[in-house]
Amino acid sequence: MSAKTGAGPAIATPARGTVTAPPSPRPREAEEELVRSPSENGAGRPVAGGDRPADHPNPGGAPSEDRPLAAIGRRMRKVDGLAKATGRARYTDDIALPGMLHGKILRSPHPHARIVAIDSSRAEALPGVHAIVTGRDMPLTYGIIPWTPDEYPLCVDKVRYIGDGVAAVAAVDEETANAALALIDVTYEELPAYLDPHEAIAATDGPFIHEPRKPGWNGNVTKVVKLAFGDVDEGMERSDVVVEGDYFFEGTTHTPIEPHCAIGLSEPCGKLTVWSATQVPHYLHRELARVLGLDPARVRVVQPPVGGAFGGKSEPFDLEFCVAKLSQLTGRPVKILYTREEVFYAHRGRHPFHMRYRTGATRDGLLTAVDSRIVMDGGAYASFGLVTTYYSGQLLTAPYRMPAYRFHSTRAYTNKPACGPKRGHGSVQPRFAFEVQLDRIAERLAIDPIELRRRNFIGSDIRTVNDLRVTSNGFPECLDAVERASEWKRKFRRLPYGRGVGVAGSTYITGTNYPVYPNEMPQSGIQLQVDRSGRVAVFSGASEIGQGVDSMVTYIVAEELGVPLEHVRVLAGDTDFTPVDLGAYSSRVTFMLGNACIAAARKLRAQVQEAVAEAWETKPREVLLAGGRAMRSGDTARNMLLREAFNLAEAKFGTLGATGSYNTPKDVHGSYRGATIGASPAYSFTAHVAEVEVDAETGFVTVEKIWIAHDCGRALNPVLVEGQMEGSAYMGFAEALMEEQIFKSAEQGRAGLHNAPSLLDYRIPTSVDTPALRSLIVESIDPEGPYGAKEAGEGPLHPSIPAIANAIYDAVGVRMNSLPFSPPRVWRAIQEAGREGRRAGAFAEEATSRSGGRG
Amino acid sequence: MLRLHPFRYHRPGTVGEATELLANFGAEAMPIAGGTDLMPNMKHRLFTPGHLVSLNRIAALRGIHLDAAGARLRIGATETLADIASNPLVQQRLPALATAAGLVAGPQLRNMGTIGGNICLDTRCTYYNQTEFWRAALGYCLKKNGTVCHVTRVGKKCVAAHSADTPPVLIALGATLVLAGALGTREMAANDFFVADGIRNTRRAHGEVLAEIRIPLAGPRRRSAYRKLRQRGSIDFPLLSVAVVCDFDESGAVERIRGVVSALGARPRLLSGWDGIAVGSALDNGVIDALAERAHAQCRPLENAIVDAEWRRAMVPVQVRRALREVAVLPPKGVSAMRPAR
Repeated sequence: MSAKTGAGPAIATPARGTVTAPPSPRPREAEEELVRSPSENGAGRPVAGGDRPADHPNPGGAPSEDRPLAAIGRRMRKVDGLAKATGRARYTDDIALPGMLHGKILRSPHPHARIVAIDSSRAEALPGVHAIVTGRDMPLTYGIIPWTPDEYPLCVDKVRYIGDGVAAVAAVDEETANAALALIDVTYEELPAYLDPHEAIAATDGPFIHEPRKPGWNGNVTKVVKLAFGDVDEGMERSDVVVEGDYFFEGTTHTPIEPHCAIGLSEPCGKLTVWSATQVPHYLHRELARVLGLDPARVRVVQPPVGGAFGGKSEPFDLEFCVAKLSQLTGRPVKILYTREEVFYAHRGRHPFHMRYRTGATRDGLLTAVDSRIVMDGGAYASFGLVTTYYSGQLLTAPYRMPAYRFHSTRAYTNKPACGPKRGHGSVQPRFAFEVQLDRIAERLAIDPIELRRRNFIGSDIRTVNDLRVTSNGFPECLDAVERASEWKRKFRRLPYGRGVGVAGSTYITGTNYPVYPNEMPQSGIQLQVDRSGRVAVFSGASEIGQGVDSMVTYIVAEELGVPLEHVRVLAGDTDFTPVDLGAYSSRVTFMLGNACIAAARKLRAQVQEAVAEAWETKPREVLLAGGRAMRSGDTARNMLLREAFNLAEAKFGTLGATGSYNTPKDVHGSYRGATIGASPAYSFTAHVAEVEVDAETGFVTVEKIWIAHDCGRALNPVLVEGQMEGSAYMGFAEALMEEQIFKSAEQGRAGLHNAPSLLDYRIPTSVDTPALRSLIVESIDPEGPYGAKEAGEGPLHPSIPAIANAIYDAVGVRMNSLPFSPPRVWRAIQEAGREGRRAGAFAEEATSRSGGRG
Repeated sequence: MLRLHPFRYHRPGTVGEATELLANFGAEAMPIAGGTDLMPNMKHRLFTPGHLVSLNRIAALRGIHLDAAGARLRIGATETLADIASNPLVQQRLPALATAAGLVAGPQLRNMGTIGGNICLDTRCTYYNQTEFWRAALGYCLKKNGTVCHVTRVGKKCVAAHSADTPPVLIALGATLVLAGALGTREMAANDFFVADGIRNTRRAHGEVLAEIRIPLAGPRRRSAYRKLRQRGSIDFPLLSVAVVCDFDESGAVERIRGVVSALGARPRLLSGWDGIAVGSALDNGVIDALAERAHAQCRPLENAIVDAEWRRAMVPVQVRRALREVAVLPPKGVSAMRPAR
C-alpha cells in the first residue's frame, strides 16, 4: 500500500555539488516579506459604488479611495495586550459578586448507565448547602445545531460517558459543595459501553447511546453523508497511478489556559445575567432562554475576556445552565469553575477519524479522482457533529483541481466525551491524509511534491468540484514563499539519513455563509458612538477570545475616522448592550465584523466630512480625517482637531452614532443537499515546509523549523496575523507529535475512563520543544474582505501535520499514517520497515551518496 | 479548582522539634519541604495528613560543603534542586548529579523542590496519580483504597514506578543518606534506602526526616553520566533513567563501574554483572554493547506509565549505550545523541 521507499530520488534536480548558489537569504523584516498576489482580483481596486458602500450584502472590500492606508497594515500592539500581560484583565473567574455561592457538578463514574434514582436528601441536610438541582429540574434538550438537540443541562434518564453531569450543588464555598456531592446517592443500572465507532455503527439492537430518530434506525449514528461530484470511477479508470491508504487521526482537545467558568445572577425582577467564558454569547443567550423557559428579553449574557478557546467554548455547556438555575433557586449569584479534569470531559475537541483514501492521477501528476471513506468517533453527543460530518468531505476541494470527488462519512456516537469543533474544524484530519496521499503520488511519479501541487492549482475566481465559490487565491505564492525560504531544492531528498523536509498545502473557510440556525438577519453587527471629547465608543457583539477582535475594530475605526488608537473604546460581548455577532468560530469575525465596522465608520465619517466641509465651504470629499485631525485635501495647513470636527458634526446632525452590519452572500453554492455547508465568502490558503530530525534508534522526532506561508487576503495587523500563523503551526505540530485524547479499555481497568485528564500526562509541547516558526504572509487582497482581508486563525494549522509526516518520510523513509508521531510509534514504524527487508530511508541515503554525502 | 483538605501547618526551627512533632502526631503527620510532590498528591487525595511539618526553617538541613577530610560532599536535604544544579562544587565534582537535578520537572518546580523531597518522591503510576473522582470511577487500585493492581491485573504487589531523577546517580556514586528520628540518627547506603514495593518504596520510618546526603568523592579519573528519557524537553517525569559512574585506571582501563537504571519499577536497579564485563578493559564499543545487553536483560518495564512498555524496554540498551559513550568520551552515535534531555 505504501509507496516504495527504495524507489530512488524522486526529482531530477542537480546534485548538491552542482547547485551554483543558494537562494539569497530573505529579508528579516516581516513587512518586506509580504507577498502581494498578482491575482486578477486586482490589488487595491476601488469598490464600485464610490464612497458609500451598501450595508448589504458586501459592504467592505478594498478601500474606497486612492489613499494610502494609515492604520491598517501597520505592526501595532493589541489594545488589550498590556492589561493581559500585566495580569489586570478580569476573566470570568476574577469576578466575585457579593453573596456569591460556589457550585459543583456531580459527574457520572459510568460510561453508559440508566439513572434509576437520585437521592440528594443527605446533601441537602449539609450545613452551607443552598440548593441542589438534577436533570429533572431542566428537562429540555439543547444542542448547538438545531437539528440535533440531544443534550440535557444535566442527565435526565441516562449517562453517556464518564464525566457526564448528573446533579449540581450551590454552597457557601467549594469545599462544602464538594462535600455535598459526595452525599448525593445516585443509583445506576449499567449498560454496555461503546468505545469503538465501528462497533457502535455495527450495532443492530439497543440499548443504543441515543434513541433512534426512527424505529429500526441505529441510535449510535449521528449523521451519514454521501456525496459524489463527477465520475469518480471513470477518473480512477483513466489514472496512471492510484494511491490508496488508510489513515488514523487520534482525537485531541483544545487545552485552553482558562478552564470554563460561568456565573449566574437571577434578580428578583426575574432578570437573569450569566457571565461566561464562551465564544458564542448569542447562541448561549438563545439556549438559556429556551431551556429555562425565560423571555429572551430578560436574559443577559456577558462574555468577559476569554483565556483561550480554540473551539472548545463554542456551544453551551452544563455549567452555564446550572449557575442560572441555581441562582434562580437561591436568589444569590452562583459561580462554577471547571477543574482541569472537567475541561477534558467537556472536550468538544477534534474527532478521531478513521480514513481510507484513494487518489488517482495522470503520469503528469494531475489529479483525476479522489474517493474517501471516513468513520468519525463523535463521543456521546452531537455537538457540531452534523457540520463536522459534512466538513470532513466538503472542505477538501481546494486548492487543487479535482475533476471527480466522492466522500462517504459517518459519525458514530460512542461512550466518551463529545467531540466537536477544534481549530480547523472537520478538515484538519482529511487534510493530513490527503496531503500524505499527494506526497506518495509525487514519489511514485518522481515529481517534486511542490511542483505537483503547483500543477494541480485550482486557480482563483472559480467554482470547486462541489460548487464552492472561491474568489481570491494566493496559494501559488504560498508555495513559492515556503520553497524559497526553506531552501527546499537544496534539501528535499538530499539531507543525510535522519533529516528531512516535507511540504503540504491547504485551504480553509472565512466564516460560513449560513448561520447555525436559519435566519435572514445579518451575521454580524456593530454600533459606533462619537463623543464630544473626541473618543469613539465601539459596541461590538463579537467575542474577544485572545485572537484580537477588539484590536481589529479599533484599527478600522482609527483608519476610517483618523482617531488615535487610544481614543477608541471597545465594549464587546454583552447581549444587553451590543448588537449580535454570531460568535468567534469558523474564522468569521475579522471578515464579517470588519466589514460591518467599515460600514458604520464610513457613515460617521461622511457626517463629519459634511459638517466640516460646510464650515470650510468646500466639498465633503475634500475633508480628510487622519492623525487625530480633520484636514483639507491639498491644503493641510487648513485643519482642526478631530474633537472640533466631531463637535461640528454633532451640532449639525445631533448625537453621533452609526450602526453597521454584514451578511453573507446566500446565492453562491450548489443545489444539492448539503451544498450550503462549506460555502464561505472567502477562502484562505496555506503552505508549510517542515524540517525534522528523526532519531531512528529511539523514534524521537524533533521538528527543527516550520516555514508557514499563508494567504490572509490582507494583513490588517501583521503582528496579529503572524501570531495566528505561529500559534496554528504550533498547535498542529503539537497534535502531530504528542497530543492524544484517549481512553482506557475494560481490560485496562475501566472502559471509557479518560487516559490522562491532566496537563502533566496529556502532553502539549513546552517552549523548549517548540520548533522555530517562520511566518511568511501572502496578501491576495480579497474582493469582499475588509480591505481585502480573509481569515488567519485556523487555516495555518492544517498543513503542519502532513508536512511533518512527509518530512519524516524524507528523513527515514517510513510513512506515518497514524497520529501522533510519538517516539514509540515512529520507532515501531522504523523497526517494521527494517523487518520487511527495506532499508529505512534508502532513498535518502542514496541521494546523499550520489551528491557526495554530507560531513 | 482542586482543593486542599484542611490541615495544620507546623514550622519547627530544629530537626529535634520536627521529629518530635512527627512522633507526637504519628500517622496524622507528614513532613513537607518544597511540597512540589506532596501538594498535588494532597489535591488528588492520595494523602490527607492532618498535620504538615515544614522542614524549610531548619538551618541544619541546608548547606552544600565538603567534609573536613575533603573526601565527601555533604548536601543538606532541603537544598533546592535548582541550587544543586547550579552549585559549582557539584558541577565540578559530581557533574552527573548536577545534570540529574537540572532535569527534574521545570524551572519553577526546581526552585521549590528539594533533593530530600526528590529522594523521598512517592512512586508514580497511571492508575494512581489521578483525582479522587477518577480513581473512584476506576474502582481504585492496590496502592490506595483498592485491592486490584490494574497494571499486572493479577499480582498482589504494587508496581508503581520510582520516578525521581537524583537517586540513580546517588546510588551509582555510592552515596549514603542520613535519617534523623526521635530516637536518633542513622546512616544507610542510598542503594539500601529503596525497597521494591510500589506502595512505600523507602526504608524511611514514619517519624524520620531525611537530613543529609553524603557523597564520596573520587579522583580525576572518575567519569559519570545521567540520561533521562521523556517525551518533552521539560516537565515530564522520566520514562527511563540511566546513571553510570566509571573509574578508570592510569592506562585508561575500567577500574570500577556502576550502572543504575530506574523509572521502570518500584526502586532503582543497580545493574549486576558489569564488573566482570568491563573491569580491566578499555571502555570501547564492544564493551559498551556488552554492558548495554546486560542491562537490557535485567529490565522489564510494565504498563505503569501511559507510554508503550515494549518501547521503554527497547530504550534501555540505547540509553545505557549513550550514557556509556558519554563516560567513555566517544563521539555520539545516532543523530540525537547530543540532546541530554533524551
